[in-house]
Parts: sequence; C-alpha cells; structure tokens
Amino acid sequence: MSALRILVPVKRVIDYAVKPRVNKAQTGVETAGVKHSMNPFDDLSVEESVRIREKKHAPGGVEDICAFSAGPPKAQEILRTAMAMGADRGIHVEIKEGEELEPLTVAKLLKKSVEEQKSNLVILGKQSIDDDAGQTGQMLAGLLNWPQATQASKIEFGPDDAVTVTKEIDGGVETVRAKLPMVITTDLRLNTPRYATLPNIMKAKKKKLDKKTLEDYGLTNEKRLKVLKVTEPPQRQGGGKVEDVDGLIGKLKELGAL
Amino acid sequence: MLFLTRQLLSKRGDAVFGRALRQASKYSRSNALSTLAILEQRDGQLVQGSLSAVTAGIKLGGPVHGFLAGSSVSTAAEQAAKVNGVEKIITVENGAYDKGLPENYAPLLVENIKKGGYTHVIAGHTAFGKSVLPRVAALLDSQQISDVTAIEDEKTFVRPIYAGNAIATVESTDAIKVLTIRGTAFPAAIPEQASTPIESGVDAKSEATSEWVSEDLAKSDRPDLSTASKVVSGGRGLKSKEEFDKVMLPLADALGAAVGASRAAVDSGYADNSLQVGQTGKVVAPQLYMAVGISGAIQHLAGMKDSKVIAAINKDPDAPIFQIADVGLVGDLFEKVPELTEKIKSS
Repeated sequence: MSALRILVPVKRVIDYAVKPRVNKAQTGVETAGVKHSMNPFDDLSVEESVRIREKKHAPGGVEDICAFSAGPPKAQEILRTAMAMGADRGIHVEIKEGEELEPLTVAKLLKKSVEEQKSNLVILGKQSIDDDAGQTGQMLAGLLNWPQATQASKIEFGPDDAVTVTKEIDGGVETVRAKLPMVITTDLRLNTPRYATLPNIMKAKKKKLDKKTLEDYGLTNEKRLKVLKVTEPPQRQGGGKVEDVDGLIGKLKELGAL
Repeated sequence: MLFLTRQLLSKRGDAVFGRALRQASKYSRSNALSTLAILEQRDGQLVQGSLSAVTAGIKLGGPVHGFLAGSSVSTAAEQAAKVNGVEKIITVENGAYDKGLPENYAPLLVENIKKGGYTHVIAGHTAFGKSVLPRVAALLDSQQISDVTAIEDEKTFVRPIYAGNAIATVESTDAIKVLTIRGTAFPAAIPEQASTPIESGVDAKSEATSEWVSEDLAKSDRPDLSTASKVVSGGRGLKSKEEFDKVMLPLADALGAAVGASRAAVDSGYADNSLQVGQTGKVVAPQLYMAVGISGAIQHLAGMKDSKVIAAINKDPDAPIFQIADVGLVGDLFEKVPELTEKIKSS
C-alpha cells in the first residue's frame, strides 16, 4: 500500500448561515463586509483526511496532507483553519479580490498541483455553496484520468491500494471500489468536522504556507461563461395563517391543492 | 417534418434518396445546433424522469437525439422512441455501462458526442448526471452549466446560485455546451405514439477503473419524492424516528404523497438521507408541499420554494416557513397532524 499524499482543496465562501443579497448592479451578490468561512463540504474533506491519519485507516499511512486554495488574499484564513484542523501545510494561489475561477480552471489548476505535489488522493467537497456547480472533483478526475467517487458518506481502505467508497445516490446509497490514485468528493454524512482549538490555531500559524499565482502553473483566468445578470429570485408572499385544521383544509381546497 | 419524410422513404425502400436526405441533414447539422439528450436506465427500464433532458433539448430547437447505454437497453430504447420530437435514439449495448460508472461512461459519451457533432449535451441534474457530466465536460474542455432552470436561447441559460437565493443568467462561449437540467423545471417528455428510429452508437470500450460493488435503495410504495405531485415533509419537530413514522406516514398515505425531510430530521436519524429536501438534498416542486415541524432554514427552502402551494404546521408562530407558506397553521403537530389525517381520510 502506498503512503497517502492527500490534497485537500478548500474554498472560501460566504458563510452558510448568511442570506446572500444581490448587488444593485445585478452583477453578483454583495460580498463586502459579509462573513465568510470555509465551504462546509470542504470542512468535511479536511476532517476526513485528518481522521484517516489519526485512526490509521490507510494501511500505508498518511505521508502528507496539503490544503490548497485558489482565492483572494483572505483565503489564507481558511487555509490556516485547515492547518489548525490537522493539515500539514497549505498552498495559496492568489486571485484578485472579486475575481472568481470557473470549475474547469480550478480543475486544471488542481491537476497541475496534483502532479507537482505527487498526490495520490484528492478529497474535495461535493459542491461549493456559493456557485452550487458540483463539478470540480469530477472534472479533475476526468483530466487526470483517475477513478472518482462522488458524494461519499464512507471511505474505507483495503490492501493493494484499494479504496471502497459508499456514495449517496438518488434513492439510497451505492458502493464502488477503485485503486489509488483517485478523487473523492464528500457528502454531509461523511463525518462531523472538529472545531480548531486555540493551541492548534497557534500551531497552525507556524505551518508552511506557499504562495503561488495562476501564472506559476501556466494558467490564466479564462472565462467560458459570461454572467449576464444576477437577480433576486421571485419572492413568495406568505398567504397568512388559519385558526384550525378545518381552516387549513378549507384553504388548501380553495387553492386547488386538495 | 424532415425525419417523418425520411421514415416514410426508408419504409418504401427508396435507399438512394434516403441516403441523400441523410447526408443533407448531416451537412446542415455540422453548422447548426443539435442536441444529445442523455437518458438513464435502471435494470433495462427507462428512467422516466430522464426524459426531462428531451424536453430541454426540444426547447433549444434543432434535432434532438436520445442516448442510452447498458446491457439490455432495447426495452428502454423502445419506450424512449415513443416520445415525440426526438429524431433518433442512439444505443450502445454493453454491460460495462449498466451502472453508469463515470470512468468508462464519460469517454463513451465523448466519443458519441464527437461522432455526432453535437453542439449541446443535456442530462438531468441527478446523481448520475452530476457524477458523469462534469467529467464529460472536462474531457471536451467545456465549462458545464449545472442545474439549469431555464433556457433563454442556444447559449444563454438560467441557473440558481447561493442555494437559490440568487438567479444567474449566463452566456456560454463554449463550442459544445454541456448542461445538467433541473427536472422540476423541465417536465419529462411523455412517451406517445412516435416510432423514432433506434441506431447503434460507437462503443468507446474504455476500461472502467472503478468497480461497482453494491447498492442499497430505500424501498417504498409511496410516490417518488422528486416527481410526486404532493410531498409531506417532516423536520426536527417530530422529535424521534418513531414519532416521524407514526405522524408523517399516515398523513402521506391519506394524501397519496411522497415523504420528505429536513436536514435536521435526517441528521438526527428520523428519516433516511435520500429523503432530504434542500440545497444538499433533493429539489422538489410539487402541487402541494406540506412542511411539518420545519422552521424553514435557507438551505431547506432552496429545495422546495418552487412548490405550487406550500402549507406549514409549526408551533412557533415566528418560524420563517410562515413567511413563504400559502397557508400556515400554528399548533402542536402531534395534535394537528393526526386530526388533519383523519379529516382528509373521511372526506
């Protein structure tokens, strides 16, 4: 069994509890002064990587856990969080504030990074909660021609580099097996991420964080999709309350729902 | 009209003229829009919901071809062939594609997309579509557009972002546009009387580097959550799995509804994960959505706020769900829901 060299891509997004507001120019959502944090699915990826090491899940052991983020200067904060959770080091590819990379570009960037870091396992979130695209992991696996297992709720390691993954699918679960190297994306049921403790946050400040640019990887921020506009969804108006069950049934009949 | 003529011609056995027509349409296709709609099959049966891809394809204009692969796809292909508006169904008969493993299914699609010279590739935003299509897009060097809810023209698409709290309109500059579509926004095409020709596609024969081991599907006689016309959904307020089953299942049966759940209910083990409605679960848009003991968090609303009528039963009069519910009842669900169930049954 090969020792694992895990790459964990993480993304800085608007905190999941914040209700996003579309900006006046209708070009995107307001991000200035809004609380940001690590994409919740990426939290699960970091946690899983650290658990694989701590619980000695992989027969070959874990040689390296490298957190990776492409984002504005502040993305370093979430890389520090990942390191405080147990990642060994971080790589930050700096993108100008306000710029976004499309999943295809991120996948190309990750491919180069995987080759550079000699990673043999990439664990990504199944989607980022801002763009909701759910593409990067699968695109990366396609570009690398590696096997993939998406929406993982359980990851098990066996002999001969075998990895067995239980995936959430429509209507239930499905189990697939593949050999390293591979790409896995996380679903919410995989684990419960830990909170970084203060001593670990302090320690994380001393861990190595490499700063890079897209140009270092021979890439540019090429956009295939032009955002024409971003609008508020149509607002639903609450129809008010009824007194009792009969009122409820009456109203539903009136609305043609019963 | 063109394909009807062609069918008549080939029936008459006028091979020469038939071929000329085919060539003419092939020529025009190389410049013009044409769509490959990826259909899903399970155990040789067509997944009806996957016909949403056909609906979306027809909306684009231009010819639409359906695609199916697996060991015994003839039955599924014949079902799909009944759908009006599809020019042909392309099948690849090979057991290697039965489970839709992305490692060999993606290259298979890429081969067939290149051979057919398609400008648009569409699949449902289902577990299958979500797993395979981005891989296809990457192999085609195309930036996929996920979970499309509206098609404005051949290059302009609308999709929700931020859990449906914003709606983005994007224009694609890619030569081949790869889309996954939201099923509730494009009702599945209904098989009718058409008899679309079925042709064999190319078998890319690339090796699957992953292996399907097993599956465990939640069995239920109730309607399927994603396509049901009525959904009753329970949340944290149900307090336990026993109470969830005791309160929600009779209500679902009285209404003939599918059962859904909030993430809180799933996380607490009251309901199976496959029943989760929301940003990270299923997106539904039934005629009636009844939320029981659900507060109405952003991530839950993302999965149900396009329902026609929303009803809510909650003991907290300030629960956010009441802001969007067409009809709300403040009260203890353990009293109100059994009463409601009885009254629906007796009416």
